[in-house]
Amino acid sequence: MGKEANTSVELRASDRVLPMPDSDSAEYWEGLARGELRLQRCTACGIAQFYPRSLCATCGGSVEWFAATGKGTVHTFTVVRTHGAEPFRSLVPFTLAIVELEEGPRMMTNLTGIDPDDVRIDLPVELEPVSAGDITLPFFTPRADS
Amino acid sequence: MRGALQREVAIAGIGLSDYPVAPGMTSEQHAALAFRRALDDSGLTKADVDGFFSAGDALPHFEDAENLAEYLGIQPRYFDSTFTGGSAFEVLLQHAALAIAAGECEVALIVYGSDARSRHKRGLGAKGLAPTTYLFDQPQSGPRRQGNAAAFEAPWGSSIISSYALAAQRHMYEYGTTSAQLAEIAVAMRYNAQFNPNAMYRDPLSVEEVLASPMLADPLHRWDCCVVSDGGGAVIMTSGERARDLKTTPVYVLAAKNAATHYNIAQMPDYTQTAAAMVADDVFRAADVTRDDIDTLQIYDSFTITVLLQLEDLGFAPKGEGGAWVSDGKLKVGGALPTNTDGGGLSACHPGMRGIFLIIEATRQLRHDAGDAQTPNAQLALVSGSGGILSHIGVAILGRQP
Repeated sequence: MGKEANTSVELRASDRVLPMPDSDSAEYWEGLARGELRLQRCTACGIAQFYPRSLCATCGGSVEWFAATGKGTVHTFTVVRTHGAEPFRSLVPFTLAIVELEEGPRMMTNLTGIDPDDVRIDLPVELEPVSAGDITLPFFTPRADS
Repeated sequence: MRGALQREVAIAGIGLSDYPVAPGMTSEQHAALAFRRALDDSGLTKADVDGFFSAGDALPHFEDAENLAEYLGIQPRYFDSTFTGGSAFEVLLQHAALAIAAGECEVALIVYGSDARSRHKRGLGAKGLAPTTYLFDQPQSGPRRQGNAAAFEAPWGSSIISSYALAAQRHMYEYGTTSAQLAEIAVAMRYNAQFNPNAMYRDPLSVEEVLASPMLADPLHRWDCCVVSDGGGAVIMTSGERARDLKTTPVYVLAAKNAATHYNIAQMPDYTQTAAAMVADDVFRAADVTRDDIDTLQIYDSFTITVLLQLEDLGFAPKGEGGAWVSDGKLKVGGALPTNTDGGGLSACHPGMRGIFLIIEATRQLRHDAGDAQTPNAQLALVSGSGGILSHIGVAILGRQP
């Protein structure tokens, strides 16, 4: 593509639209700051969910927090090769991925530590928390044991 | 609508604004021009309109439906501003049919206008593409909370194109769908656009050219993506009884349904299936027709994958086999199931929310007024609008007979 791929995604965290924790998500973001991926699980049906919310999106029950393993696989992905806004315009090509966590829920992320052209569906990945000032973002990277 | 309601409902007038590019026209002017043309087409007057249905103007700025009603000088006794993105006009068609059938209004206007192309000067679809968060969930400073798209998707550089690419990639993985098969959809739409003098692109397009166009977000190439245009449309509906006394051939709403699965693309339950699968059987049952009865399709084509998923979920193509199904030219004018006979969003016009153009083109086909793109003796058309990021689907079956 005429440009070297970002295998270690340049963060430019300050340029990104960063999340603002709210009363649903504060515990999630606080967990990431400690390097932990915290998910919610329903106290009635037991199903884990992402993103955080104040009820179980499956059965409507109440939820409790727990520490997830931070491991998952790539469910689907795309290599973003053009983008209209910074910092992403300068970061292309980069990988936008949907990771399916071991606990079941899926979440969006960027992958680091792998050439975008080598990414495949079902690739085992693990959490790589990266501090971006007041927020720690949950990047994912190929699992060392895979 | 058949089965559920006693009173027939028909489309009595349609109007298009100027597209694909109309420098100097505002969104409101597009809506006004389309409205006046629809009035002329129907023979009704502005004073007859007592129901107003609009989703505003999503791109590149948000204008309320209320603002548009005021601009057009309409003070309706029934007002509906349902916004589901590009599918909003199919949803509004359903709502208008229900409102007319229930006697809540007598003459309903569905209207849309957008200056997305001229205002942005360049395509939102490629270099000008904004993250989804800017389009659907604008981050707020100060005390207002962020939406979940801003919190959990915007930090990753998610965009409209990359969101659809996630679905295309998964469909390829599960079913072996190829880029060449997706390209066949773009090629068919371009073929159909040759019959539309207003289409943005009319030159022939080949599969090879689609595959050679720049990859924007794997596996979607430039020509897998819709154009960004200006434009507007208006649809006037009333009871079948009243429509039969008007200027033009009525087109009847036989059934309309809508459903939704998610909002954020990371929450899509199944990347290979849209909400069309939830309503497909119901809409055919309500219209009391079969898939084989349908003469022409108007399917939302923001991207080639958008068409493929809807064709499968509506039951025209077997699930997972859509790629092979579209590859024999049946979507072309003159083919077995002519689809997007105006050239669609991929080649003709897409001002941000395209759903109203699907209804207008289906109406032209069923009036036998579609010129060189006419499907011979078309009696039944199916319209399927997709909104959000494959989030909402609105499906309607329209007929030349009640």
